[in-house]
Parts: sequence; structure tokens; C-alpha cells
Amino acid sequence: MDDGMAGGKSSLTWVVNISVVLLVALWLFPTAGLFISSFRTADQISSSGWWASMFPQEQNQTLRTARPGEDNIAEVNGVYQIDGNLFVAEGQAADIDAVQATISAWGTGSLNIDEYAPGDTADLGDGEQITVQANGDYVWTSPEPQSGRGQRVFTTAKTPPEFTLDNYRNVLFNPNNREGMAKAFFNTLTVTIPATIIPILIAAFAAYALAWMDFPGRALLIAAVVGLLVVPLQLALIPLLRLHNEIGIGKGYLGVWLAHTGFGLPLAIYLLRNYMVGLPRDIIENARVDGATDFQIFVKIILPLSYPALASFAIFQFLWTWNDLLVALVFLIDSSGDTTVMTKQIVELLGTRGGNWEILATSAFVSIAVPLLVFFSLQRFLVRGLLAGSVK
Amino acid sequence: MNPALLGLVTIVIGVGGCLAYFYFSNILLDKVIFPGTGPNAGRNINRAEKVRPWLFLAPAILALGLYLAYPVFATIWLSLTDRSQGNAFVGLANYRQMGLDPKFWEALRNNMLWLIVVPAASTAFGLLAAQLTDRIRWGSFAKSIIFMPMAISFVGAAVIFKLVYDARPEGTNQIGILNAIWLQFDGAIWSVVILRILPVVILLAIATLCAFLVWVFARPVLRPDQSRPGLINSIVRISAAVVTAVLVLACLLGALNAVTGTYPYGVPQQWLTIPVWNSFFLMIVLIWIQTGFAMVILSAALRGIPEETIEAAIIDGANPLQIFFSIKMPQISSTIVVVWTTITIVVLKVFDIVYAMTNGQWQTQVLANYMYDKLFRANDWGVGSAAAMVIMLLVTPILVWNVYNARKEMR
Repeated sequence: MDDGMAGGKSSLTWVVNISVVLLVALWLFPTAGLFISSFRTADQISSSGWWASMFPQEQNQTLRTARPGEDNIAEVNGVYQIDGNLFVAEGQAADIDAVQATISAWGTGSLNIDEYAPGDTADLGDGEQITVQANGDYVWTSPEPQSGRGQRVFTTAKTPPEFTLDNYRNVLFNPNNREGMAKAFFNTLTVTIPATIIPILIAAFAAYALAWMDFPGRALLIAAVVGLLVVPLQLALIPLLRLHNEIGIGKGYLGVWLAHTGFGLPLAIYLLRNYMVGLPRDIIENARVDGATDFQIFVKIILPLSYPALASFAIFQFLWTWNDLLVALVFLIDSSGDTTVMTKQIVELLGTRGGNWEILATSAFVSIAVPLLVFFSLQRFLVRGLLAGSVK
Repeated sequence: MNPALLGLVTIVIGVGGCLAYFYFSNILLDKVIFPGTGPNAGRNINRAEKVRPWLFLAPAILALGLYLAYPVFATIWLSLTDRSQGNAFVGLANYRQMGLDPKFWEALRNNMLWLIVVPAASTAFGLLAAQLTDRIRWGSFAKSIIFMPMAISFVGAAVIFKLVYDARPEGTNQIGILNAIWLQFDGAIWSVVILRILPVVILLAIATLCAFLVWVFARPVLRPDQSRPGLINSIVRISAAVVTAVLVLACLLGALNAVTGTYPYGVPQQWLTIPVWNSFFLMIVLIWIQTGFAMVILSAALRGIPEETIEAAIIDGANPLQIFFSIKMPQISSTIVVVWTTITIVVLKVFDIVYAMTNGQWQTQVLANYMYDKLFRANDWGVGSAAAMVIMLLVTPILVWNVYNARKEMR
């Protein structure tokens, strides 16, 4: 693509490159934010923006020394002493060598959390004293043997970037949450697969008839399909729900499969017909001359040749059924909630636990992951399908 | 039965049933009803050929009729009856009731706003992205990223943007990027440049573009000679001109507002609760999703432009802007219309985003969500169906246009 501008060409290229970088960044940023957040702890998410997570962060924490016990109190020169490391005592680091945080200030009261510098000694009253070093090492001394819980220390520390898989473990495998996301994941899969496969076959036969068979009313039927392509499915909700209730399907998988099949058919027929019309006439005529029936032509010639168009539609239908909320709300999810799908589950989380970003972000990504995988691995079919479906 | 097993059985029954239906119905037709042997062989074969297309079409016609065509008529009927009076015919009472509901007008007004902003912005961004990415080496990667939101559900996108719009109390670290950026503005020179001068420039540019479009639409109608377009064409052109003229006015008012308005600098904003603005924040989600679609289609159309036309323009000394607006745009105008109408239909049906992000609170209601509210929360089928009919009515021009084009193309 060369649009002229002989002079200043390289500067134009630079402008284009920078604009595209900006555009891509703008489009990637929102998703990246949620993705990164799903690997952070609840504390991290609520205390700093996700964009800061790549850099060491200043974090305020309330830590405790080890709980006084017979095994860790040592008597040195008539003074009882407990020593250790705050981060190890809190389980944030496995041992002293693994401590990565650096304390810049600390305090012993919640109103004065940056009273002392690392290495200072704080007086706790009754002769008790505590000294905290920059790496979290502490020495807690007292004229009497310490008792009760560990001493509280408020720290301000720089911590290196830290990411965790705990959110995913929690959302997918924790028995308390299993009922939620993991189950919804399988429910979504159960909705999606039949709802993707069944319309393809019905549509393929119809598309073949509309593309290669001659009969009165063909043009009218094609026009009808084009018209139905844009009919909002909102219109279908109540009449069909009533119909489902009357014939005894009610709310459930069967209903949602049928609904998705019906709603997906116009696009399927339209895409497949457009593709099949473009297949070489000779092959079909030759087969007819050789005495093949329409059924044989369809199964042995048309179907294999239409593979790209079938794949395109399958991807569309898969994405659409996987991402759907409205059809599932109306035709699938009953009051028991056993058949809930992921989109519904996420909306529910948004309502009830809107502040729990670690759960929300992770759940959202569990549901986004599969379509993204399909998208990136089968993108060229998707593009081809879009072009066949839209450009006339 | 276990749902997964039920699903498997359904696939087997569905696919097997379809195949069996097609196979055996063809055999039945050829061997039993109109056998291709015996005295009437020739006539029978002809008859069988006449029936066969309908065998192939029957399941599709049945499904389409039952799941899309029948509901249209059923909804018309429902919108004229009252469920609480035993489905008695009540004429236009439901429509009257809906007309008295301020929420309906709010939804309609918002929908109109969505209809103007989202297709325009998506198409414009898509065109920009297509034009830019086609000129660089890593363009296909860039396209993938911009196209990616297409795979993300509206609900997923809602969560993604809820985080972008998140607000924390004043004085604490903001975790939503929009508020983090907002707090950087303090009323100093950069704030003025970005929040006042830049919007004014953009709005004036859009206003100029719209004014130009008004002229383009109106010119042929106002021509005094015989070449004036037909009546229907004139009506369409004049209404388009009026709509764009309103847009010019809106842009100018917006520009004035950007100059004179006061901004709450330094205070974190609950973006989704600020009326009118919050609708735009919801629209951004859909624009973010639809731009990739527009880009893919328009990029293919741009590549389809014959090189010679562009080369000729270069030789004639056209600059890149002239080439884009005078050579490329007219050649892809039909594709732009297709993209525009496709996104328009998506906008008319937009439900998930509003449902998940605000559920119509703070004056963000749209028709599809209003309808869902009426149908399943208020259990008012009459008004709900009436709202559905309004959506159908708005879709109808596009439906007619598509059918008209499809028929023209088949001839």
C-alpha cells in the first residue's frame, strides 16, 4: 500500500507505527488489567492499581511476632528474649533467606505506623522492648516471660512483584466454590456443544437445497432467511417459553439447545449457502450425469468441500452460545439454579460480591479463556466467515 | 440423567436423527412414493425431483418458522392482550401504558444515543485501524489484538470495564485506571489542554464532518433541475440530513460545555452513576468489542480496491488525505453501510452490558433491558411485548434494506 508522500516517508511510517502501538495498547489495557488482577491477592488488588504490580510496591502490613511458647523463649542475662523474623512468622516467606521485602518504617501502634526506622528499638512498656531490622528480623525482650499472642508490629515495606495462582485454585477447586464456577463451566460446555453441532447439519441440507436445487419459491425463501437474520431474538422469549412450558420441555437443557438451534439457523443457512453457491458447477453436474443422487452429492461432495464454511459457522455459534446470557436466563436457568452457566454466575458475583475483585477477575477469566483459545487458534476461519457473512 | 450424558445423547439423537431423516426420507421418496422404475418411471423421477428440495428444507423451515417467524406474530398478539385479564384483547392499552412510563422514554432516548454513537465510533475506529495496520509489518499481530474482544462475552467485557471504572474513596490508592488518570488532572495547563481544548477540537471536527454530510444528503434534493431524486429517496435524504443537522448542533453544544463546564478535579468519580456520561461509559464497552469486527471487514474491502485507481491519483498529485477521502472512501462505501447496519442491529439488541453493569439504574436504561425488566421482573407480558415490538420496528428498515439488496443481487 503506497499512498505517495515520496518525501517524509520514514517519518510517516513512524507516525503510523506509533499510532498503532497506541491503538493496540488502548485495546489491550482493559483485558490486561483484569488478567493481571486475577493473579494478585485480595490485599494487593485493593491496595494498589494492577499497573503498579510489575514494580516493587510500598505496602502497609500488620504483622505479628511468633506466639510466645516454651520452645522460643530464651533467657539471656536474666532477660527473656524471643527472636525471629516477622515475614517468616507470618508465613509470607519460608525462611530468612527467602525474605524479599525491605522494611522502610515500622511502628507498634495503629495510629503511628511509621514511628521507628529499621534497627530502632521500641519501648512497649513494663520494660518490654522490641527491635526490628529492615529484613524483618526482630528481637523482643522482656523482664518477665512473654505470654499471650505475638507482639503486633505495623510495617511499611517495599515488596517485590508477587503473583499467585491461589485465586484460580480457590475458584476452580475449593470445595466451597466448586458449586459455583467449576460446575457452571461444565454446564456451559453442556449447553454449547450440542447447540453448536445440531444447527450445522440442518442448515447444511437447507443451504444445499437453496444453492443447487431448482424449485419454485427458492428466491422467496432466501429472502426470508436474510430477513430472519436480523429479527431480534427478544421477540421470541415469551412466546417460546410459553410453548416450551405447554409441550412439557419447561426450562432446561433441551429447551436451550432448541432455542440456540433456531436462533443460529439463519446465519448458518446464509453463510453456508453463500459458500456452496461458489463451489464449481462442473463437479456437481458431472456427478449428476454419473447418476449420483442429491443425497450422495451432498454427503460425498458438498459437505467435504464446504469444510471451511462449516468451521466458520461452528466458531461463530460456539462463541455466541458460550458467551450468551439472555437465552440461558430465559430458557435454561430455573429457580433451583442447578443449571446455571458461567455468564450468569459472573453477573451474580458482580451483584453480590462486587468488591471481591480477586474472585470476579478469576471467574471472568475462566469463562473468557476458552473463547480466547478458540479465537487465537482458529482466527482465520472466523475472519473468513465474517467476510462471507457481511460483504456482499 | 447427568446433564453431560444428556448432552451426549442429544448430540447423537440430533445428528443421527437428522442424518437418518435425510437418508430415509430420500429412500422413501425414490423407492416407495415415486419409484424410478416401472411404467411411470420418467414421470415419477420428475415428481420426485420436485418434492426433494422440500425434504432437504423441511427441518430448517420448521425450526425457523417455530423459533423466529411464529414468535413475531405471537409477540404482536401478546402486545395487544392483557395477561391479568385472561389474555383478553385490550387493543393498544399496553402501548398507551408504556407511553406513560418515563422509564420507556429514557430507554428509547438512550437507545437512540447508542444507535448514533456506537456504529459511528466503531466504524471510524475500525476504518482507522484497518488503514493503519495495513501499512506496517506487524499489522496482522495488531489486528489480532484489536479483534480479540470479539471473542469475549459481553458479561466478561462488563467485568473488565467495571475494573477500569472502579472508584475508591478519596485519599486511598485508586485501582480503576480511569480514576487513576483522572486524579492526575489538577486544573493546570495540561488539564486545560487535554480536558478542554482537545475535546473542543474533536467535537468541532465531528461537527464539520456532519455539516459536510448534511450538505451531501441535501444537495441532490435541493437541485432545481430534472435530476432530482424520487420521492422516497428524497424523504430518506431529508431525514438523514435532519438527523445529521441535530448532530452538528449537539456537537457544538458539547464543545461549548467543554469550555464552560466545571470539573471536580482531584475527586475520584463513580463513573457509572453520573447520568448521561454513564451511558457513554457503557457504550465504550460495545465500541471496544465491535471495532475489531469493523476493522476486519473494512480491511478486506480496502485491500480489494484496485491499485490502478490509487496510482492514478498519486500521479495526479493527490495527497494521502485526498486519496483516502476521495478515492478509497467512495469505493468502500457499500461495505461501510454493511458494517454500519450490522453494528446497528447489535446495538438494538444490546442487553448483557447494561444488565451486568448498571441494570438500567442511574438513567442508563435501554430498550432490551427495559423489556427484560417488564417481562421477567414485573411479569407484565403486555408491556414487555410492546417494548419488543418497538425493537422490531426499529430493526425493520434494516430488514427491508437487507432483503431488497439480497434480491437485487440474486437477479
